[in-house]
Amino acid sequence: MSLTYHLQVVNLLAALLLLIAFAMLSQRRIVGLITLFAWQGAALATSTAIVAWSTGQHHLYYSAALTLGLKVVLVPWYFFRLIRQLDVDREVEPMINIPTTMLIGIILVIFAFNLALPISQMAGTVTRSTLGIALASVLLAFLMMITRSKAIPQVIGFLAMENGLFFAATSATYGMPLVVELGVALDVLVAVFVLGIFFFHIRETFDSMDLKHMERLREK
Amino acid sequence: MEMYWLLGLPLAGGITLAFWGHRAHAPEINAAFSLATLIAAGWLTAHIVAEGPVLIGGDGWFYIDAFNVFLVALTAFVAFTTALFSRPYMRIEQAHGRVNAARLRLYHASYQLFIGTMLLALTTNNMGILWVAMEAATLTTVLLVSLYRTPAALEAAWKYFILCGVGIALALFGTILLYFAAEQVLGAGGGALSWTHLNAVKTRLEPVVLQLAFVFLLVGYGTKVGLVPLHSWLPDAHGEGPTPISAVLSGLLLNVALYAVMRSKVLVDGALGGASLAGALMMGFGLLSVLVAALLIRRQTDVKRMFAYSSIEHMGLITFAFGMGGMVASFAALLHMTVHSLTKSAIFYAVGHATQKAGTQVMEDIRGLIKTNPTIGWGLILGTIAILGVPPFGVFASEFLIITTTMHQHPWATPVLLTALGVAFAAMFGRVQPMVFGETTLPRLPHQPALLPVFVHLALVLMLGLFIPGYLAHWYRQAACLLGG
Repeated sequence: MSLTYHLQVVNLLAALLLLIAFAMLSQRRIVGLITLFAWQGAALATSTAIVAWSTGQHHLYYSAALTLGLKVVLVPWYFFRLIRQLDVDREVEPMINIPTTMLIGIILVIFAFNLALPISQMAGTVTRSTLGIALASVLLAFLMMITRSKAIPQVIGFLAMENGLFFAATSATYGMPLVVELGVALDVLVAVFVLGIFFFHIRETFDSMDLKHMERLREK
Repeated sequence: MEMYWLLGLPLAGGITLAFWGHRAHAPEINAAFSLATLIAAGWLTAHIVAEGPVLIGGDGWFYIDAFNVFLVALTAFVAFTTALFSRPYMRIEQAHGRVNAARLRLYHASYQLFIGTMLLALTTNNMGILWVAMEAATLTTVLLVSLYRTPAALEAAWKYFILCGVGIALALFGTILLYFAAEQVLGAGGGALSWTHLNAVKTRLEPVVLQLAFVFLLVGYGTKVGLVPLHSWLPDAHGEGPTPISAVLSGLLLNVALYAVMRSKVLVDGALGGASLAGALMMGFGLLSVLVAALLIRRQTDVKRMFAYSSIEHMGLITFAFGMGGMVASFAALLHMTVHSLTKSAIFYAVGHATQKAGTQVMEDIRGLIKTNPTIGWGLILGTIAILGVPPFGVFASEFLIITTTMHQHPWATPVLLTALGVAFAAMFGRVQPMVFGETTLPRLPHQPALLPVFVHLALVLMLGLFIPGYLAHWYRQAACLLGG
């Protein structure tokens, strides 16, 4: 098992990450979106673990375990429970113009690769070539956040952005210091639970999870 | 030792109040914990003043120097006075039926945790933990902004979460880039993100990466500072949340976010060898914020939103001054941070009681405060005069310093600043004056308002305008040296 072989697996997983990011962009159903998010987390955890194994960076194992526990198991489980309780699992989002969104997505990917180029040239990590993909998935998640009008997809976009950032940290520097990763994971966990509570408040007040109702506060 | 008290007390307070719940004396416990935190902050301050900057904790987890210790003291002080103000204020809100016991439990527990996250952000030595604390500060306040559960409040809280969440994600990318640059000099591990280590090697950090990192950090934390065009969450969150929360958001959180930007700026300036990309960016954002906020103040009808825009204006002014750099401008910016924080929270206390009395936040419906409740009226008009920069209040002193420095260094910006300040003056004074002196038929408040904090804050601002005590000036000078020297 040579390093190049590992590297190819990591590159494959990175490509998968990007593909999932595109799939999320075009996914209309909330259930499908959560499943995709779990898969993205799984790809991230696997690639982090492989990088940890092949480079001997042991603290990355913790990072992989955190991703697995939090983003593959806990958060998707919590979201599935939430959508059952809120009874929105059949909800389909009427999205306008998926092709246009995809085109914008492709432009973002090109932009991300160009932005990452000078940095990845300076990086000393074996995984530096995946930095462009990491940045691209951050931008795609961001695009998903701004094109959705429902609350849960926006939050999944936010979490997918966090996935991309973790991937960026792994590819550029073999991950952040452990204490920071723990802190970030704690924040994600708290964010998900706070938003879980918040969803019920939105539902109670607006009788819907559609954020189109939220248009009161506009500057006149 | 005092460091652990400082962070432990708000955490303990949050947990205690979460369990104590809606039983009697929760507001008093809240105030008591805030007072204890203030004492710990005072203790820490005395320690730093006597011994100079210190690293605390095993691996140098916390770093306290002249810059952050003054913000720690200010944060603990305003947190305490706000706790005093919120005691009668929230009681009246409960009497009006806007909050119930369960929500008050959430309110008190989150309030303490929020103060704790801000103090952690200020004292930590690790740029990564700073990020974690800033994000935690957003999370603890999301449910506070939506406390009233009205459609508008929920919308404001959602906007606050999403915008600050995206902003903070960009700041995380900036932090990753910073770590990337640091790792090549310092090697991997927790030490590579600690500010003191970074500061020691800042001239050897890769300038291109640091520039890029700063752009992300500025945009990310700048969202929380409320810099235009990233400000749109701020007026909503201030307008729809409970008034004590508006006071701490405006008076404290914005300062803490700007603190994060400044810590990054020191590193970038070092890496670029004094070339002023960071400064130029901050000046640009600052100037735009001052101008746009001043123009938007004119169009406000809601009193809390108007003062929220005034916060954007003043944060813009401070960012501009820090961006100019140099000893005098940094000194003025630090002074302005202090007086703005004290004055704006005082105004929100007065506004809180005024809106409570009138039962509306629409300025046209609030009239004649001076007749029905003279202390609220005087508090509001004096606070407004102070924030508008009328001498002899402290805001005048710092604005005067900022503008004279601008004339020397960047004369082209002076007319923009003066026009913006003039527009804001005319708009705000014109609106507040009839609120205080107009004719009214409204009855008095059923409960005695807590206005002592208003006058204590305004007295401090007045004092800072007339003379700055020697040790305080020394302290500001040290911090200014550190930032712009």
